[in-house]
Amino acid sequence: MTVQAHEGVKPAKRRFSIDYHTMGPLLALIVLCLVGFVLNPAFLSEGNVTNLLTRSAFIGIIAVGGTFVITAGGIDLSVGSMAAVISGIMIIVMNGAIDTMGVGVQTVLFGCLVSVVLGTAAGFLNGFMTTKGKIEAFIVTLGTMGIYRSLVTYFADGGTLSLDFDIRDVYRPVYYDAVLGVPIPVIVFALVAIVGWVLLNRTAFGRYCMAIGSNETVARYSAIKVDRVKTLTYVIQGLCVSVATIIYVPRLGSASSSTGVLWELEAIAAVIIGGTMLKGGYGRIGGTVVGAIMLTTIGNILNLTDIISNYLNGAVQGVIIIAAVWLQRGNLGHLNIFRRKPSA
Amino acid sequence: MQILKTFAVAALGATALAGAAMAQEVTIGVSIPAATHGWTGGLNWHAQQAEMRIEEQHPEIDIVLVAADGPSQQANDLEDLVAIHDIDALVVLPFESEPLTGPVRNVKEQGVFVTVVDRGLSQEGIEDVYVAGNNTALGAVSAEYFLSRLGEGDNIVILRGIPTVIDDERFNAFMDGIEGSGINVLDHEYANWNRDDGFEVMQDFLSRFPDIDGVWAQDDDIALGVIEAVRQAGREDEMFIVGGAGMKEVIEMVMDGSELIPVDVLYPPAMIATAMDVTVAHFTSNGPVSGEYILGAPLITPENAENFYFPDSPF
Repeated sequence: MTVQAHEGVKPAKRRFSIDYHTMGPLLALIVLCLVGFVLNPAFLSEGNVTNLLTRSAFIGIIAVGGTFVITAGGIDLSVGSMAAVISGIMIIVMNGAIDTMGVGVQTVLFGCLVSVVLGTAAGFLNGFMTTKGKIEAFIVTLGTMGIYRSLVTYFADGGTLSLDFDIRDVYRPVYYDAVLGVPIPVIVFALVAIVGWVLLNRTAFGRYCMAIGSNETVARYSAIKVDRVKTLTYVIQGLCVSVATIIYVPRLGSASSSTGVLWELEAIAAVIIGGTMLKGGYGRIGGTVVGAIMLTTIGNILNLTDIISNYLNGAVQGVIIIAAVWLQRGNLGHLNIFRRKPSA
Repeated sequence: MQILKTFAVAALGATALAGAAMAQEVTIGVSIPAATHGWTGGLNWHAQQAEMRIEEQHPEIDIVLVAADGPSQQANDLEDLVAIHDIDALVVLPFESEPLTGPVRNVKEQGVFVTVVDRGLSQEGIEDVYVAGNNTALGAVSAEYFLSRLGEGDNIVILRGIPTVIDDERFNAFMDGIEGSGINVLDHEYANWNRDDGFEVMQDFLSRFPDIDGVWAQDDDIALGVIEAVRQAGREDEMFIVGGAGMKEVIEMVMDGSELIPVDVLYPPAMIATAMDVTVAHFTSNGPVSGEYILGAPLITPENAENFYFPDSPF
């Protein structure tokens, strides 16, 4: 994680930037954890820490995908609705497959396959309309956000889609079981983050993303297949959403129109808290992971204490998010003295 | 005799008039919030069912059902119902009381018969009929059940809905109900009438409090999330959970005699059908209908659960 700035677009005084960049969000998280522990020692109990990490897996995995989209200068507002509609269709498909495939692992695997196909297709659709359709990503994904949200409401008849109870028993361990004490969702989250990190920092594709995000025209003149790379970032985002739904569905075995509401904003917030630039050109997977954990931690701490009025939970979250990004940007500003000013 | 005759003539005339009125189309506009969570999903389903049933029973009645995503869209809907559909009666479940009081009053001023459902308007005397569930009773009935199960020194946690008047009424009535019983409320947090939030808030309660004897979730969606969290912690035997509304999954559990969810408290989305029927009665019945209809919030137990079970409803 600490060497990634090598491949980044920031040249001079690299060593300084490495430390501050990486440590900014992490420091904020550590402070937050200390506060949590002081307010209630149960915060650091094993059960709570596993709950916390497991919970942050959904947003975290989606945010890893979001890091690519945002780094390449795009934005995806549809991920929350996409997660809801994919969960819904997975449930319908698995319930329907019981008759032909029986109750067993094969049905669950079939459901997961459907999820991956849908995620890829939905991501491709967003990417295709953005690049070939030449519509702003904000509008495309705002549109698909509305479409997916109403589709899940329609499929559920306005109510809730519930997974068949027998299948749930087969599928349940995917969320609730642990390997060597680490819950499966956390392992999946870690794997997705590692793959994402390698992809962003160790491959030509990752460099293309940053180049396009910095300056699309220059990237195009440099013979980068801009449209293809940008579309791919949305496909990666879609895949991440499908992975997130695969571990989300076994949690409650249901999907409704209230599933995944505002996940898109949480994912974007996680990406930005982590140090990725909202305008693109620079992305950090490690920071995104920290950002996602931080967002979940805030909610968790607020539940573990009653010194703050319930009515103010949203305000506290807002203050902490702004403070975290300010820390991040504050450090950046400090470092800018030593290097040529970036375009902003 | 003379008097009788007059009566008979008057009655005949009235029947003829009524007949003429019946032949005329009556248009009833129904404006409700879109299906954004479980309860409103049930609301939409029951409204559609009632629409089909009423239109079949009364060919002369036309029902126009519109669902809104927010208060301002609902205000637009109301204008459209009057301007385009020329409604004779309006059944409205306001998204929020304050912003819709004005728009509903405008409809009333056009001479439309107005039925308000569930959320009262902030100005009195606008509606002809008011049909509502009883949030205060929901809290009070739940509290009564907790009193029957728990006593001095027992610990409970409360998961609240979305910060609104509805939530406050339920919560305050519940707190009044258990006052002086010695039942200890460890904490209460908002779970936004949402399964995922119910799950997460309950997880945190479980890691925070080693001893919980009861959970008042006051909503079935929240309750279903709570169940999963309690199961995950393996603490099913320690506590019971009481939701509210009457979701079919929860009623199934009550019917099966679940230890974890022993009862439920009714807050029926089907109240929209009641309101539509009352409004139709205004045009078809000879009995007066104006007034307030407050539905009860009965305790649903394994014995009576069947009466509240709608397997086809999405809620």
